[in-house]
Amino acid sequence: MSATINRILLAGFGGQGILFAGKFLASLGLVQEKEVSWLPSYGPEMRGGTANCSVILSDERIGSPIVSAPDILICMNLPALDKFEPAMARGGLLFYDSSLISRKPERCDISAFEIPATQIATDHQMAALANVVLLGKLLRETKLCDEMTAGGVMQNIIPERKKELLATNLNALSLGFRFAA
Amino acid sequence: MAVIFEKTKGLTEATMHYCPGCTHGIIHRLVAEALVELGLLGKAVGLAPVGCAVFVYNYFNCDMAQAAHGRAPAVATGIKRARPDTIVFTYQGDGDLAAIGMAETIHAAARGENITIIFVNNAIYGMTGGQMAPTTLLGQVTQTSPYGRDVTTTGYPIRICEMLSTIDGATYVERVSVDTVKNVRKAKSAITKAFQTQAKGLGFSLVEIISSCPTNWGLTPTDSLDWMREHMLPVYPLGVFRDKTNCEASK
Amino acid sequence: MAAKVLMKGNEAVAEGALLAGCRHYFGYPITPQTEIAAYMAKKMPKLGGTFLQAESEVAAINMVIGASAAGVRTMTSSSSPGFALKSEGLSYLAGCDLPAVVVNIQRGGPGLGGIQPSQADYFHATKSAGHGDFHMLVLAPNSVQEMLDFTFDAFDLADKYRVTVAILADGTLGQMMEPVDTTSKILGPPVDKSWALTGTEEKRKPNLVSSLYLMPEELEATVFERYERYKLIETEEQRYERYLTDDADIVVVAYGATSRIAQNAIDAVRKEGIKAGLLRLITLWPFPKKPLHELAQRASVFVAAELSMGQMAGDVELAIRCQKPVITCHRTGGVIITPEELLQKIREAASMQSPAA
Repeated sequence: MSATINRILLAGFGGQGILFAGKFLASLGLVQEKEVSWLPSYGPEMRGGTANCSVILSDERIGSPIVSAPDILICMNLPALDKFEPAMARGGLLFYDSSLISRKPERCDISAFEIPATQIATDHQMAALANVVLLGKLLRETKLCDEMTAGGVMQNIIPERKKELLATNLNALSLGFRFAA
Repeated sequence: MAVIFEKTKGLTEATMHYCPGCTHGIIHRLVAEALVELGLLGKAVGLAPVGCAVFVYNYFNCDMAQAAHGRAPAVATGIKRARPDTIVFTYQGDGDLAAIGMAETIHAAARGENITIIFVNNAIYGMTGGQMAPTTLLGQVTQTSPYGRDVTTTGYPIRICEMLSTIDGATYVERVSVDTVKNVRKAKSAITKAFQTQAKGLGFSLVEIISSCPTNWGLTPTDSLDWMREHMLPVYPLGVFRDKTNCEASK
Repeated sequence: MAAKVLMKGNEAVAEGALLAGCRHYFGYPITPQTEIAAYMAKKMPKLGGTFLQAESEVAAINMVIGASAAGVRTMTSSSSPGFALKSEGLSYLAGCDLPAVVVNIQRGGPGLGGIQPSQADYFHATKSAGHGDFHMLVLAPNSVQEMLDFTFDAFDLADKYRVTVAILADGTLGQMMEPVDTTSKILGPPVDKSWALTGTEEKRKPNLVSSLYLMPEELEATVFERYERYKLIETEEQRYERYLTDDADIVVVAYGATSRIAQNAIDAVRKEGIKAGLLRLITLWPFPKKPLHELAQRASVFVAAELSMGQMAGDVELAIRCQKPVITCHRTGGVIITPEELLQKIREAASMQSPAA
């Protein structure tokens, strides 16, 4: 059996929690004792431009940490979809926030999951957690882990001084896990 | 036979290289005597500048380092932070301190770095053969201001003590001169006070010493002292510019 | 097995330094290395150490000179334009034979350039870090774990040889996160620092730390002595890693983040039946001439892959004495080589090797 490798790309605007979602996946890989890399785009995007983040989870030593042909893609705005959909690996899984992206994906050789993540999050008074809703759906569809493991990872990566945010984050994860289009 | 005067043990046996009539020798002696009298010689670490005093490391009888042009306050900062129990001082001229090393000087003061700067101001670059310094007087002829320092092209002399008097981090700043015996004694008191300031952990101290350069000024040693009094002291008045030694609690 | 933590490369550099007993850090903010300073600012006060944000890059390296002269482990870090400013101090460190660790998380240049990853300071680090005859020992990590490990090792190497050790990395390695083992390590044997400026206590002769020698013969003698030490470093410290080179007809030479991209490309061409391997450089000075010399006997084409206009490629040609062709695969200015680009170059190299095929 060949080694499993997940090449994940997350993209959107700065401030949408792209890097955080990436960090979640990297931390999950760590818990699962995989080889892990997390590489952010950095610079002015910290102040609101486009942001993206490459995460690789692998059973073997990771070469380049740059994901140029993702097999899992999260898109949280239209420019991200326009830019990265064409780059996706054949058979890849696309998760996109349909509250923020009006067009449908064009590729026929990928599986696309349309999630109105911002709408769902807003409906539950957690507008800033659309990223986590998308994550929940991603984890379920990719079977990277079950909800309980995900909850444990979330607990690990939310810093002590922000512990009051844990409950809402778990709630957002759960909404994503349970979302069915 | 009773000994009534001897060489300070703060200076080595090395013969100084300075030009006849240069006042660096006097200032070296004052620094060395102050360290010895305060019992600080064994704790002292000095920084030599780039300029005429570059060889000061051969003369002071304590641990010494030679710093790049203008960087002595930064190097001194590194030493003092690594070894807070040492007494760290720099010995710098006007080109070194007020031109290329201005940033290092101001920021060491602003941080309240617990070091002592001995600043020798003779209004000229001596070592390189007499070029215009930031402290060169208006109208003063130097190799690079051959028609006299012209305000329209080179601006005004910089007054370091006045500038540092506005820096909250500076604890003790005084300007002295070595043109008369009386002023030499005052200079020694100021240098002593500066080292005491550091020894007590009170923070940044700087003593500016108005000095001469007979060779590059083109004057005899005695005429140089007259020139200092007549031309430099009106631009660089002597006195204490900042003294927070009484109000500063030990840092 | 020790628990690993996710860390950014820049944080790993700082943690490696702390594990090595460095308690005096002097720096100045510049992207993409600022996390090093931020980490130090957070940790140093709790460890009783010094974190000082200097007024300039120049002041920071001179503070390192002071702390090193005082006999303690000390470091600074910066990125390309800021690192260039430190040239003055790097030369003085060498001239004074002071041990120090410096870190350059490279970004695109020249000038203010950009902030994306680059390897275009290779010449500066390995050949002309400042004025005069001298070298830094240059280590090039390619993972976050190595950012920690190499920084840790750098302090021992600096003390052992009384040289400056540079960590030459790039924005990718500085910014990326990987799992890191941060358990404490064993320090090298303590070295004699009786030359340090500590105050004489009037019990010994004064120490002097200086790089000034006005007698040419005297200055020359100090340089000769230093180059004897460099010769020893060249013999003892050439470090590298070989990946599938035993049967390789084509050898890719790369370091840092680029060597990881090369690994992907090599895995891919191997599937096409092209016998390619990777010589990954760990020390950039001393340049690993030994393995290149060996590989030149067997391989037919070398591919120098780097994020600069071929700065390292020349050293590859020199090391193999131009016995075999060296083709370059390079991007610059913050653009990163893709595995596909390198793959293409390797195929090109394969066609050079067997024109009939």
